[in-house]
Amino acid sequence: MSGEAVIAGIGHTAHGKLPGRTPLSMTVEAVAKALADARVEKDAVDAVFVKYPTSGFQSMFGQSIAEALGLQPRIGGVWDQGGASNISMISFAAMAIEAGQCEVALVTTADNPRTGTRQAYERGWGDDAVYGWFGTPAGYAMIAQRHMAEYGTSHDALGAVAVACRRHGAANPDAHLKAPLTLEQYRDSPAVVDPLRRDDCCLISDGGAAVVVMSAERARALGVPAPVPILGFGQGQTSYEVALRPSLTETPASISARTAFAMAGITPADVDVAQLYDCFTITVLITLEDYGFCPRGQSGAFVRNGAIELGGELPINTSGGLLSETGMPGMQLVIEGVRQMRGASHSQVPDAEVCVVANQGGVMHTHSTLVLGR
Amino acid sequence: MSDATIDLPEPSPLLAEQRAALAEGRLTFQRCSECENAWLPPRDRCPRCLSDAWAWEQASGGARVISWVVYRRAYHPAFAERVPYNVVVVELDEGPRLISNVLGVDGAEGLAIDARLTLVAEREGEIPVSRFRLTDGADATGES
Repeated sequence: MSGEAVIAGIGHTAHGKLPGRTPLSMTVEAVAKALADARVEKDAVDAVFVKYPTSGFQSMFGQSIAEALGLQPRIGGVWDQGGASNISMISFAAMAIEAGQCEVALVTTADNPRTGTRQAYERGWGDDAVYGWFGTPAGYAMIAQRHMAEYGTSHDALGAVAVACRRHGAANPDAHLKAPLTLEQYRDSPAVVDPLRRDDCCLISDGGAAVVVMSAERARALGVPAPVPILGFGQGQTSYEVALRPSLTETPASISARTAFAMAGITPADVDVAQLYDCFTITVLITLEDYGFCPRGQSGAFVRNGAIELGGELPINTSGGLLSETGMPGMQLVIEGVRQMRGASHSQVPDAEVCVVANQGGVMHTHSTLVLGR
Repeated sequence: MSDATIDLPEPSPLLAEQRAALAEGRLTFQRCSECENAWLPPRDRCPRCLSDAWAWEQASGGARVISWVVYRRAYHPAFAERVPYNVVVVELDEGPRLISNVLGVDGAEGLAIDARLTLVAEREGEIPVSRFRLTDGADATGES
């Protein structure tokens, strides 16, 4: 079914500190913009897939959203894979459309950890909090330390990721953090949990985003102006406890990418631009390896000398990613992938024909991959 | 000190049993009677073959380092005065992995992949915990 479903429309709120906004109100704004972008009437929608908001959750939240949208969906609900949810839901929507369960699906996410609570990112890890094991950054730091000790990966390799994302974010007028970052500034960034520094870590942003998914055939029939074909998708998952994983440095990104690339009929060499989930800089390095863009352990060498910046071998996160555009988990990467395939990015990669998007959740617990084409 | 109390989940009955042994200085883990798998944290069934036939075994206390972090800020008031402190993924010689701390080192000084460790059973407040120290006479590669 490669290419049979499309992303027909994209929409998002402002990114950053948005006091007074709820996930519900931001979802409705993003949906209205996505439907306008697709030039599709609201009443064509018959499916609503919603990512679980981390700053606060109410039961049957998908139905609250459907009510606020004035819809009675045939299929959908709330999904929890952390930041991997968005691409996973896009793929479930595509499969549901293929199976005749619905025709036009909304996939939405919204959260307000900036003005609400970021407690989800700082709490103790269950029984192990007794050892001082707290917070999302430490989970990634544990993986980063193993990668550095096992492969000799340097702080500057992590820094190259931050520098690239911040450079691209600085060119994006909608970015939450528009200040570029030099490698020297990165080296002076305050330590949080060694080996990670402040500038290795995700922004905490309020915001909402939505996309419209339908079949390519339906998009043609409805006169959707700029549909972007979904060439492939995949997912992968591993254990809850970081400590229990057989390997800290190979993640479910590996099987997710193999599944998606096989469906799309591509290899890493076919990819012109990538949007790789950058909640923490180490995530990008490991994703580059798991996806096969470079050999295992070699991502530190791969990202040197601007290779992942605009004009380099594999430009990534061309709107700034989670380190610069918005900390909202994942959908902004899908939306930027769509802009790249439409030729409409603020940091457009010339003649880009294939864009890979990576989403992941928890501490590399879950992963999902999307391959977009033209 | 009320704000410094660590909020921990109510221990499961099996975790309570494991902590009771630890309070007596014995670090225990579960071993499957069907497939020989050894595991922590405690669960009702073997996570490899799903058998409910298992027994507690006492760990030798020998272990090695898998990875580590050093907190430069405290996420909870109980740890404010310990910063910088390490948290380490430890693999017991019998196989199970756990989250722990390595005592007697400054931050991460001396920690390395496969560095040899020895159990130190102690308490965090009222709660029995399994911490470790670097094994005397072993270098960072684990060779004695």
